[in-house]
Amino acid sequence: MIYLTVEEILHIHIQLREKIMKKIESIIKPFKLDDLKAALHDLGVQGMTVVEVKGFGRQKGHTEIYRGAEYVVDFIPKIKVETVVPDDLVDQVVETILNTVRTGKIGDGKIFVLPVEKVCRIRTGETDNDAL
Amino acid sequence: MRSILPLAAAALVTASAVPALAEEPGTGATLIHLAYSLDTFYFLMSGALVMWMAAGFAMLEAGLVRSRNTVEILTKNIALYAVACIMYMFVGYNIMYGGGPNGFLPGFGFLLGPDNGVGDVLGSAGEIYYSTMADFFFQVVFVATAMSIVSGAVAERMKLWSFLAFAVVMTGFIYPVEGYWKWGGGFLDSLGFLDFAGSGVVHLCGASAALAGVLLLGARKGKYAGGKVHAIPGANLPLATLGTFILWLGWFGFNGGSELKISNIEEANAVAMVFVNTNMAAAGGLVAALLLARAWFGKADLTMALNGALAGLVAITAEPLTPAPLAATVVGAVGGLLVVLSIVFIDKARIDDPVGAISVHGVVGIWGLIAVAFTNPEGSLLAQLAGIGVIFAWVFGTSIAAWAVIKAVLGIRISEEEELAGVDIAECGLEAYPEFTTSK
Repeated sequence: MIYLTVEEILHIHIQLREKIMKKIESIIKPFKLDDLKAALHDLGVQGMTVVEVKGFGRQKGHTEIYRGAEYVVDFIPKIKVETVVPDDLVDQVVETILNTVRTGKIGDGKIFVLPVEKVCRIRTGETDNDAL
Repeated sequence: MRSILPLAAAALVTASAVPALAEEPGTGATLIHLAYSLDTFYFLMSGALVMWMAAGFAMLEAGLVRSRNTVEILTKNIALYAVACIMYMFVGYNIMYGGGPNGFLPGFGFLLGPDNGVGDVLGSAGEIYYSTMADFFFQVVFVATAMSIVSGAVAERMKLWSFLAFAVVMTGFIYPVEGYWKWGGGFLDSLGFLDFAGSGVVHLCGASAALAGVLLLGARKGKYAGGKVHAIPGANLPLATLGTFILWLGWFGFNGGSELKISNIEEANAVAMVFVNTNMAAAGGLVAALLLARAWFGKADLTMALNGALAGLVAITAEPLTPAPLAATVVGAVGGLLVVLSIVFIDKARIDDPVGAISVHGVVGIWGLIAVAFTNPEGSLLAQLAGIGVIFAWVFGTSIAAWAVIKAVLGIRISEEEELAGVDIAECGLEAYPEFTTSK
């Protein structure tokens, strides 16, 4: 007989969940959005959410002059693309994003992959992979 | 049909009365009627164009402030227009054109008198050639323009009601008195001071009042934090550009209408010349400011180009008739260069003027008045300098006093918290672009 603590059970539970779905957040250069949307669509990604965001990374900001006085643009406009995909698609999606939006210049952005606990389609009440 | 009968009767009376009064043949009287109508019509349409400048100022200022201060600047602009109209009808027009006893002290009176009688016009040998109501209308939109200049300079931090209280004093008293000294036939006019459409009477006046207000008000929070000059970019440059275009359009009425007559060949030519020169000066001002901004800052600063066009317009306003179009372009271009230098200098002097009103209307207004001495053979540099000194001293002095009284009684500056939250919510309870609002 193997006894597991509550924490261990939860851990396994979460690991199982993580096998199911991942949320992929990509911060990209705005002009790459159309290409990325087409590429992910071809891959079978069924939906995405797009947010206009501003931020900085290694690209940092830039200095401009307005009416003779300097000001700094600290936060540069980017697009954040969020999509939730079945686990078996993750590697392909990440690969596609890399290949589609990379320009090789500073400021290309980042990709974050996060576990998703649960998905629910509001219209039908379907859950998890059925809801993607 | 019924309404035609009285008209026909009136026409009969007029037809029989005219030859007796004017001792002229019927066609002569008809020509006087026509010329009177044309000049009055021209006056009214010019006035309507100048009225539209209030919209130009409103858009320019709304574009150059931050979005959280949009509603309040719009409220100030349209309210000051209304206040100016009412005050000028009550007392302003009578102070400015009531004819004072000695050229210094203006006359005084309330409201507006009757318009010209037909007989008076026909018997005046051309002395009376347009409606006095049209004259009032044309003058009232000028005082509104002078007041509009103030709102931009004090934007984003002045209390709404204190500003409107100042508008009452400015449009009912300060402007009409100096207006009387020049256009009402007062001592500046006798001195030989020339100011065709108001580089001094309107623009320097507005800028002097604005400077007084800004000095008592202080800079916007954070503008000069840490001993450095910080840029506070405007929220909506399409609006600022539209505002500049509207002002440019309205200026044809401002300068063109100030010829005061169009009903003969010479006057029509003069009006056309004024239109061309006004346009050329704006073009010269814009190009000069754009080039200087590009050379100095490394980028083409649109807001400086817009100020350059307005500077060209202000510069030519003192004398848009006598220079040739090329000379008018140069007068405007010098204005365009001056305005860029002045905006940067005034900013470095810690005088916070978000839209550049003091530079555009004050510094360049002075340039326009000085330029008259070189572009108009009748101009005298001494008289121009005297006019500049008198207008500035009067308007700045009385404005400082008025602002100080308002500051003591009402306060003129919103609280720091209100300034951070935005004066829109603090003063108007509105946002320009509300989102996520719910009804209860």
